Amino acid sequence: MSAPATATHAATRPLHTIAAWWQAAPFALVFLLFFIVPLVLIGMVSLWDFNEYELIPAVSLRNYLSIFEGCSHLTDNGDFCVTLSTYLSTLKFCFLVWAITLVLGFAVAYFLAFHVRSSGMQTALFVLCTVPFWTSNVIRMISWVPLLGRNGLVNQTLMGIGLVNEPVEWLLFSDFSVVLAFVHLYTMFMIVPIFNSMMRIDRSLLEAATDAGASGWQTLWNVIVPLSKTGIIIGSIFVITIVMGDFVTIGVMGGQQIASVGKIIQVQTSYLQFPLAAANAVILLAVVLMIIYGLTRLVDIRKEL
Amino acid sequence: MQQKSADLELVKLTKRYGDVTAVHAIDLRVAAGSYCCLLGPSGCGKTSTLRMIAGHELASDGDVLLGGRNITLLPAAERGTAMMFQSYALFPHLSVLDNVAFSLKMRGIGKAERHKRAHDLLERVAMTPYAQRKPSELSGGQQQRVALARALITEPSVLLLDEPLSALDPFLRIRMRAELKRWQHDLGFTFIHVTHSQEEAMALSDQVVVMNQGLIEQVASPHDLFNAPASEFVAKFLGGHNVIRLGDAKIALRADKVRLSRDASGDNTMAGDVLGVEYQGTYVLVTMNLPQQDDFSVMLPEADFFRAPCSPGERMFAQWNSSDVHRLAS
Repeated sequence: MSAPATATHAATRPLHTIAAWWQAAPFALVFLLFFIVPLVLIGMVSLWDFNEYELIPAVSLRNYLSIFEGCSHLTDNGDFCVTLSTYLSTLKFCFLVWAITLVLGFAVAYFLAFHVRSSGMQTALFVLCTVPFWTSNVIRMISWVPLLGRNGLVNQTLMGIGLVNEPVEWLLFSDFSVVLAFVHLYTMFMIVPIFNSMMRIDRSLLEAATDAGASGWQTLWNVIVPLSKTGIIIGSIFVITIVMGDFVTIGVMGGQQIASVGKIIQVQTSYLQFPLAAANAVILLAVVLMIIYGLTRLVDIRKEL
Repeated sequence: MQQKSADLELVKLTKRYGDVTAVHAIDLRVAAGSYCCLLGPSGCGKTSTLRMIAGHELASDGDVLLGGRNITLLPAAERGTAMMFQSYALFPHLSVLDNVAFSLKMRGIGKAERHKRAHDLLERVAMTPYAQRKPSELSGGQQQRVALARALITEPSVLLLDEPLSALDPFLRIRMRAELKRWQHDLGFTFIHVTHSQEEAMALSDQVVVMNQGLIEQVASPHDLFNAPASEFVAKFLGGHNVIRLGDAKIALRADKVRLSRDASGDNTMAGDVLGVEYQGTYVLVTMNLPQQDDFSVMLPEADFFRAPCSPGERMFAQWNSSDVHRLAS
């Protein structure tokens, strides 16, 4: 009785395995074609040599060395080398945008999850949050210009009520406008995962906290924030990776005057210095991966999902 | 730890949600140190009542008095009550120790002090070896003990339990039920326990409060409740009773007080067809179809049944003693 059973088992198991491979194959193929292959190509090209006319296949660290050229000491003016100061500037934007979107996104998600009682209203407000995404992000950026420009609405209003005598210059094409546009564009990426985490918090935990004498802020800090950690981390990863690689927003909102890592890469590709651009991309990738690695050390995302 | 227990009194306590009245001006007195169960079907207002006592729901009208102190409007943490939640509501991100110490932390008590007191309580509920575990790593019974320790750390005089056993499997439920009773006995303070299981209420209570549609149907000890149900609802909800119409009056008759025979004799006799026979181990449950009556069931001791077995379709006579008849208020 047991012998045929074992035989069938042995026969079906390889079939199962083959079926599983087939099921995984389409996505693996997409992944290979559109992620692994380009990544390997970039890594490869970053080691190539080039001159004004052609790319020369090679294995050399020339590109990397030239990127960090002069970075071992400060310049005569006491500045960092171009690469370092560009990274610092991008990291600064990244940190500012991250901090602001985190606070904003958390507040909005908190309001949606805990203060809006009816799920119909929740859905309606959620859709409202996505309204800006119905247009392209370039349009969303450019729409700030008539608002923030020298003769924009904000300046006219400020001068109209007599708060300032001449137009405020730092409103547009400045660090301020870059951060503003980033926050405008990417807060939604914080809201969604944090909201998702919050909706999974058992409401009786909040009552248990109240029962234990916790004030509203204590409940927020001791119960809601720790239990929203997964959402916070996922949202942070979204925002940080987007801002680190961005060059359009910084270009448009910074009036093409502010350097960013993405911008460097874009300029180098436009001059056909592909190996240099590739080397920069690899460095950027490494930096972002380190940040993400640091974040995932704070919480085991696989476990939480 | 010697908690000071106090009498709990509800005066005309009312809860309205919009047009719906969940609790209709109920009065209740629970003696200090007693085990009281609020029993009723879902939607009867028992949970709303408990939550008003706990301070998680604001009373629409009426008062809650604890030891003579009016606590109706006090915040949950200042009432001298503690709540054990359905499925326990332990904080999943905190260790067992930190769960128990949570309310001390909220009061700003230092780490060493609060951990010491939490350890003391964990020892009481025999959970010391699990102090560093997360709640998800505990069994249902262990979680209940942690929830109890967490509730006790505020030194309440009344412990409120919201269906505490419903999250457990049937075996564990009976074990943890016994444990609850033992703790209440050892600690000596008031437990108010909401349940929809009459079996649980019978096993645990000194005082059972049967609720229906926002009203209290009956307050009695389990023994009095079972032998003298006040209304048809109580008799039917408790189970084990037959409600029989005799003219205008209704009577309750315990199913285990009925005998079956093949010939009519005596005053209290009714004839009917046997609908079904279920063997239950210690007794046999015979359901019958009596003319002009609702379901009628008879619980016969195993030996009695097999002395004169009957089977579905047979015509039998149900008989009982006048002394076992309990007249219901109409």
